[in-house]
Amino acid sequence: MLTYSYAMSTAFQRIGEEVGMDIIVCIKRVPDTAEAAVIIDETEKGIKEERLSFDINESDNYALEEALLIKEKVGGSVTLVSVGKKEAEEVLRMGLAKGADTAIRLWDDKFMYSDAYATAKILATAIKDRKFDLILTGCIATDDGYSQVGPTLAELLGIPHATLVTHVEIKDNKVKVERELEGGLLEVVEIELPALFAIQTGINEPRYASIIGIKRAAQKEIQVMSLEELGLKDEDVGEYGSKIRLKKLFIPMVEKRAEILEGTPEEVSVKLTEILKGRGLV
Amino acid sequence: MDLELTQDQKMLQEMVRKFASTELEPVAAEIDKSREFPWQNIKKMAKLGLLGIIIPEEYGGGGLDFVSLAIAIEEISRVCATTGVIVAVNNSLAAYPIYQFGNEEQRKKYLPLLARGEKLGAIGITEPNAGSDVAGMESTARLEGNYYILNGTKRFITNAGEAGIYIVFAYTDKSLKHKGISAFIVERDTPGFSLGEHEDLMGIRATANCELILEDAKVPKENLLGEEGQGFKICMHTLDVSRIDIGAQAVGLAQGALDAAIKYSKERKQFGRPICEFELIQGMLAEMATQIAAARLLVYYAAYLKDKGVHRFSKESSMAKWFAAETAVNVTRKACQIYGGYGYTKDYAVERYYRDAKIMELYEGTSEIQKIVIARSLLA
Repeated sequence: MLTYSYAMSTAFQRIGEEVGMDIIVCIKRVPDTAEAAVIIDETEKGIKEERLSFDINESDNYALEEALLIKEKVGGSVTLVSVGKKEAEEVLRMGLAKGADTAIRLWDDKFMYSDAYATAKILATAIKDRKFDLILTGCIATDDGYSQVGPTLAELLGIPHATLVTHVEIKDNKVKVERELEGGLLEVVEIELPALFAIQTGINEPRYASIIGIKRAAQKEIQVMSLEELGLKDEDVGEYGSKIRLKKLFIPMVEKRAEILEGTPEEVSVKLTEILKGRGLV
Repeated sequence: MDLELTQDQKMLQEMVRKFASTELEPVAAEIDKSREFPWQNIKKMAKLGLLGIIIPEEYGGGGLDFVSLAIAIEEISRVCATTGVIVAVNNSLAAYPIYQFGNEEQRKKYLPLLARGEKLGAIGITEPNAGSDVAGMESTARLEGNYYILNGTKRFITNAGEAGIYIVFAYTDKSLKHKGISAFIVERDTPGFSLGEHEDLMGIRATANCELILEDAKVPKENLLGEEGQGFKICMHTLDVSRIDIGAQAVGLAQGALDAAIKYSKERKQFGRPICEFELIQGMLAEMATQIAAARLLVYYAAYLKDKGVHRFSKESSMAKWFAAETAVNVTRKACQIYGGYGYTKDYAVERYYRDAKIMELYEGTSEIQKIVIARSLLA
């Protein structure tokens, strides 16, 4: 297990003194594939991006909003970090326009094909020497859907984490969070800071950037860090540094199956109920 | 010339597009039906700075340029032309003339209210007997002590029913013809000032459009905008600017109709295949897209001239407004055609788009007036 030492935060004292919290939010730029047709490219490992529009990953947007709300309440700072090419700066800059203080983009062509583990390593390297009380991530990326970067990052940094977080309440040096479980259950857990929370959508109402915010963001620098600047080695990242290797992407064949139920309305309704129950749909 | 939007403009476009599709689109059909003024969304837009886009920051505005204003109006109108014109009027017909022609006290007093959406702006030019013939207006203003006493009726005033600050034009000296018109800032609670019935319009139905009635309305002397006799000039210059935004509104509406038509043509099947595979449908889509692209460039160009500080851009502004308005009517008509019978029902937004489009050929100067402005400039 790879672990990193991180700058011990003094969250307890600092919150007690109401100096605020330093929050890091990890965000990702993802394609909006809800309405557009997805076409796989020649490498079979990526999709054609020309005709797609891109945006901040949905749950990351909620994580960013939660960070801004906490900062507004207790003070402190919000730092955005994204692993991505130049275009990732679009979502970083919009985050700055909404009220984040600084933004860092981590990229090197060698980062290509990094899995969730390698991506978490890249993030951990950039974060470990910074002062932070809280790290927020989205709970799932809408493109690859792994849900692993958050928890892996927490493990690498040696801090506790909670996933699918639907409520955050900061009390002294502890944070009470609500987590969403299956079947409509909620669980409340208490975690000591510093910690990482993977935020679920719907936890808040993400704001829009204001015109003034957009103008201010234009004047801010986005720090860019490469493999070398992070002190990483080739074998830490990309395919070499990953535990999962992407073989190929494909679009499944559309299967059309129809079953005609026959009999009296009563008989048909019984059969239908059985089918729906059998598939766990009711 | 750089045809690429700046980073700020792109971010503004992205922000407004997202806001419009999330907040405005879901209520657009509802307010069209109920005619209820969309205050909730107007307040939200004020918070984002969309009500004072071109007003400098020192007066509470966003301090962006006219291209940015056009982009914002376009994105709003893509989903709701009603909201588009409410915002356009507040920015370019109310706040802009106060900024451009007002003195420092007037700017400080009124611009922050308009930019922050605390009070909404409207402008009173048109009268029951004076539409295209602006100088044919009958409203009068006479100075009595510290007040101007205004009399007259203004008709078809967008935002009127919900506004707090009005720019009103009236004759201070009829004998001087159009050089005897003056402009005034009139507040809602002015004694002698009242509102008439709300118009039941064909489109842009939730714009609180109604009459302004001035019966010995007592307007403080210091609310004269510019100097006595400058009203016509203020009016014409303001219209040069605001026509760019009506052009932007028309482009946005047309784009919304095209987007809907493209989507529908891919889904709707006739003769066993999607109707987008038929060349007559494709021909319509191609015409719609090309006209919109041309209209958008005319709008951006007029805004660009204004931003560059070019003194006269009446011709370009009229070209943008006329062409974009006609494009909106043509494109929405074709969108309804592509929807077939369904496009004639209130179940689909294109029906509303078609009704909303028509006003663009009428207000802020009919298409005929725009052509006269263009021709006069050519023949001068």
